[in-house]
Amino acid sequence: MAITKTRTPARRRNPVVESLKLPRVRRASKPKKPEVWKLRLFVAGQTPKSIRAFANLRALCEAHLEGRYRIEVVDLLENPQMARGNQIVALPALIVNLPKPVRQIIGDLSNTERVLVGLALQEVG
Amino acid sequence: MTPRTKAPQASSKGLQKALTGIQGLDEVTGGGLPRGRPTLVSGGAGSGKTMLALEFLVRGAKQYDEPGVFISFEETIPDLTRNAASLGFDLTRLVADKKLFLDYVHVSRSEVAETGAYDLDGLFIRIADAVQRVGARRVVLDTIEALFGDLPNPGILRAEIRRLFGWLKEKGLTTVITAERDRPDMLTRHGIEEFVSDCVIVLDHRIREEISTRRLRVVKYRGSTHGTNEYPFLIDENGISVLPISSLGLDHAAPSLRISTGIERLDVMLSGKGFFRGSSILLSGTAGTGKTSVAGHFVEAACRRGERCLYFAFEESPKQIVRNMNSIGVDLEPWVRKGLLRFHALRPTYAGIEEVLLVTHKHIATFKPEVVVVDPMTNLLTVSTLNEVRSMLTRLVDFLKTQGITAMFTSLTLPGGSLEANEADVSSLMDTWLLLKAIEVGGERNRALYVLKSRGMEHSNQIREFLLTDHGLQLLDVYLGPEGVLTGSARMSQEGRERAAGTIRRQQTEGRGRELDRKRQIFEARMTALRAEFEVEEEVIQQSISDSKLLDEELLQDRGQMVRSREADVSAYKKNGNTARGRKR
Repeated sequence: MAITKTRTPARRRNPVVESLKLPRVRRASKPKKPEVWKLRLFVAGQTPKSIRAFANLRALCEAHLEGRYRIEVVDLLENPQMARGNQIVALPALIVNLPKPVRQIIGDLSNTERVLVGLALQEVG
Repeated sequence: MTPRTKAPQASSKGLQKALTGIQGLDEVTGGGLPRGRPTLVSGGAGSGKTMLALEFLVRGAKQYDEPGVFISFEETIPDLTRNAASLGFDLTRLVADKKLFLDYVHVSRSEVAETGAYDLDGLFIRIADAVQRVGARRVVLDTIEALFGDLPNPGILRAEIRRLFGWLKEKGLTTVITAERDRPDMLTRHGIEEFVSDCVIVLDHRIREEISTRRLRVVKYRGSTHGTNEYPFLIDENGISVLPISSLGLDHAAPSLRISTGIERLDVMLSGKGFFRGSSILLSGTAGTGKTSVAGHFVEAACRRGERCLYFAFEESPKQIVRNMNSIGVDLEPWVRKGLLRFHALRPTYAGIEEVLLVTHKHIATFKPEVVVVDPMTNLLTVSTLNEVRSMLTRLVDFLKTQGITAMFTSLTLPGGSLEANEADVSSLMDTWLLLKAIEVGGERNRALYVLKSRGMEHSNQIREFLLTDHGLQLLDVYLGPEGVLTGSARMSQEGRERAAGTIRRQQTEGRGRELDRKRQIFEARMTALRAEFEVEEEVIQQSISDSKLLDEELLQDRGQMVRSREADVSAYKKNGNTARGRKR
């Protein structure tokens, strides 16, 4: 399966990027280019776990990144070499390519809170 | 996900084994690792796990046409390639030839967050893909336990690793799984040994007296007999070599050919023919008793016969030996140049005893000598314990004997200790034992030699003094004095005394001869005189005898004439008689 979804970003809100990369002064003067989250979900066939992971991911993105995300699902059974290139060991694995840095989140994404922490969409604590 | 590749089912008839190609390991395991099953190789940091696993793959790919997959969890591919190059393995080449597939699995914990149930299908897929790419029969997972540090939820991980091993087995892949062992009571850090039930090999790296020794032990090998000892092993530029201590039996041939010792009179002491070919000779003695000189003679004689000699010098450099031998008239230089004699000098301290043994083996295997000299073997004691040296020498002697190589070991005896006790530990391995000793008497130190034992031949029981002259080692005649064998000046004065005594004896004999002559002459003179005297007397006596005879005859004649003339006047005659009687009364 290969699902690709793109949504137009509504309002930019990313604390990490703001705090790390953009000084306040410039931020006020510069109009933001809406940032698209590029998410890649690696699965191995349509296992219950991968279906669950995909469902969880989509729900989460809808809730937090509405219109600002792109999910690409990679089935490693079809493209096994992709596992090597992306250093995939555990599945399902979600790789956040953008915004930087690249992060990997493993598991079926059922623990929403941890996914949000992993995606740095929610501050710890 | 389950890989659906058809797995070759492990044969039910007996346990099949996959040769590792690692020198010695196949002997210890009785033919290699269990084919199609996982083997756990566990050991501490730097014990050589990765090297063993790597060699297993490389040898498999090169020698047994079994391509392999190396999944590295710790080292990156460039690092791995570099390390393998130090063992003489060109991984890049094997990868290019599609005989080997390297994969570096790296999970950085800081980049990973766990958000629910996961499995290791990613790893399964990677392995399956790699296996399929090169048609691998062998797989190495080095060190899979690293995942415990990278991935959360050990419970899931353990279950997944267990599933992985099962899957590898199901696919019939001969797998080596390495594991770190940091506690002596556990084989692996996370207890994964319980998933590997077929074969477990433990590697150990010990430092004793600043010298490291690597050891290998087959802890478990289900369904197969295996050596249970700890076997020392080495990693060098040719890979790993395990030295099975007791795998060699005592079934070497015993040739009855004899070879010269290089010293003529020493040959005579050994029933006139010298050593047995293929025997082991121990040459022991205190410092400066001429051990190396005896060895030098032996080597030179062997080279002269056109035999190849390998000389392991643990104390002197080859040049030094050649120079020193030159001073006693043994010229080794030409043989070195001819390639018949090869020196191999090394300080045993540079490596552990096993390494020394291995180097020895290797050189013997490549040079194929007929004669080997180890000078001095006691230097090995500086790097190891007596037990280890003994076991090493046993192996070396066995090895040399099976190869039919005549070997001479020199042994330095410490002064003060008993001459015969120190080497007693190895002497039982030796066929011939020559003891060199310094005899100190009369303010001198002289060298003497005797044959302490020599199996299978008659040998001299004498202690013989010898000199190191500029034309070689000279065994001298035996002089026995009241204190035992006379040596040096004592011998010389004894020789002098014997010479003087001989002269006197000779003179006495001559004198007696002359006296006899004289006596004979006197006797003969007397004889002549006596005879003359006798002859004179005889003549006189004869004369008187003949005179009296003559007289008798004349008287008889006269009486007859008177009777006739007197007309037998017998009465008158009678009357005369009676008258005389009557007068007397």
